[in-house]
Amino acid sequence: MPVQRVVQRWSGSVNVVTVGPENASLQLGGQTSLPFLYDEGELPNPPRIAMEVYDKVPEGWPAPLLEALGDVVHDPVAWAQKCVQQWQADMICLRLIRPSEEEVSLDSVAQLARAIQDAAGVPLIIWGTGEGDLDNELLPQCSQALRGSRCLLGVAKQENYKTLAATCIADGHSVIAESPIDINICKQVNILLSEMDLPLDRILIYPANGALGYGFEYAYSIMERTRLAALGGDRMMAMPLLAVVGAEVYRAKESKATEEEAPEWGALGPRIVAWETCTAVGYLQAGADVVTLCHPEAVETVRAFVKELVGKQ
Amino acid sequence: MPQSSMIVIGERINGMFRDVKRAIRKRDPEPIQQLALDQVKAGADLLDVNVGAASSRPEKAMQWLVKTIQEVTDTPLTLDNPKLEIIQAGLEVVKHPPLINSTNADPERLEIYLQLALEHNASLLCLTMDKSGVPQDVNRRVECAAVIVSTAQVMGLPMERLYIDPIILPVNCAQEQPGFILEALSQFRYLSDPPPHLVVGLSNVSQGAPERSLINRTCLVLCMAAGLDAAILDPFDTELMDAMITADVLLNRQIYSDSYLKAYRSR
Repeated sequence: MPVQRVVQRWSGSVNVVTVGPENASLQLGGQTSLPFLYDEGELPNPPRIAMEVYDKVPEGWPAPLLEALGDVVHDPVAWAQKCVQQWQADMICLRLIRPSEEEVSLDSVAQLARAIQDAAGVPLIIWGTGEGDLDNELLPQCSQALRGSRCLLGVAKQENYKTLAATCIADGHSVIAESPIDINICKQVNILLSEMDLPLDRILIYPANGALGYGFEYAYSIMERTRLAALGGDRMMAMPLLAVVGAEVYRAKESKATEEEAPEWGALGPRIVAWETCTAVGYLQAGADVVTLCHPEAVETVRAFVKELVGKQ
Repeated sequence: MPQSSMIVIGERINGMFRDVKRAIRKRDPEPIQQLALDQVKAGADLLDVNVGAASSRPEKAMQWLVKTIQEVTDTPLTLDNPKLEIIQAGLEVVKHPPLINSTNADPERLEIYLQLALEHNASLLCLTMDKSGVPQDVNRRVECAAVIVSTAQVMGLPMERLYIDPIILPVNCAQEQPGFILEALSQFRYLSDPPPHLVVGLSNVSQGAPERSLINRTCLVLCMAAGLDAAILDPFDTELMDAMITADVLLNRQIYSDSYLKAYRSR
């Protein structure tokens, strides 16, 4: 009996968000089908890999990661530069932790962000400390220093979005909208942001995903449902998706325990690369438009994976 | 996977309304264009275009209405008339693939209209009646729907372009009918996979009754629960639209958010 080939056509599409300075801009989103289903629609922009750069080396990072990154981890500007030049990162994700741990002038943080933008020359993500009050002072300063560079600034949450939205509107940046693995709050944050007159094509959805082994399936299904809603025509769900990989993986015990502590898990070096890679590849299948990674080898493997799938277009 | 939300067909551009009738007679575009824009703003996905009895030359009136509306909006139109030549007149000038409203299960008539829909890349609305008239029970409605679905399948009209209308009758003179409609709708869903769109001309249920809005919205919600996914209705009735949007959420056709009413209206 012949099997009928089922091809799903969608009425909606994912918004296109343009990021980066004029001479180095990238577009995110724009799909009219589920990930990598080229028979069903268009995928005009491949998913992008952002490499995470920190203003201070995070505590407890595994030795093999530090080794792979090299000395640059003590110089965020050089680190960002190396990510782009040596490891071909599409974007840089600057994660700020120092201001919540030390007395630093907010202006110096903004200057650092500016210096990284200038040195890296690719679209920049600025990720705040996660402390609402502090970020409401810090992010506007970074936003102003990066005016015109069309960065992604995050994160906006249901309970704290107004300052970030206003500053991004003023300086031409886009907003990363976070919801705690909750599709209803996800939609609500987008509505709230749009009510501030932030255009819908200047919002990315960050579903607060975890690493592999930490609610991965939950985040995956939320992302998939978000994308289905977008393709079904729900404009408040039609934003590109961002998944954090590096920062989540290096919170997991699987990326910390040495081989001596957990011999059944094998050597730590390959394990952390595998953990980042599997997490990223999984979220790309769920529809992520940007994944943020740390380890250069994971970046290389994930890029090869994207190339392979995009090559089938 | 959630189904998509209700397809709203705005009913207001109809020659039986006095303002529309006057505009057609005077060929005054302004009220028509305003009604078109206002209905789209209120949530209409399609605009029904019906000359009613406003003109002695209904073909010309239909063409004028279509052109007049198209000057201000790209929203697809529903060409609404029982006469083939008036539908054809509309098809001559319509820019975007329209919904043809309507034919019925009479095989001869059905085939002509299906052919017309295929030629014009249009969708087609079919009433579940035939030469013997409007069915008064569930079974004959389902029989008519089965004839419509199978003929459409044979002729190659995809189900997403087929709308089936079980014909809703005024509750004040046929009180057992709404119950039959609900039963018929829930059976229509199983005629094919994917099913055709299921539509009603909602306002008919409350003809002549003082509580029109309440009857309309209650009927709409009941029909949605039975599988209705499109309706010809008055999008200016805010309570009706609120009930519809809420039913969409309760049926998991829209993702809930605290501002879901606002989200729907800012589409």
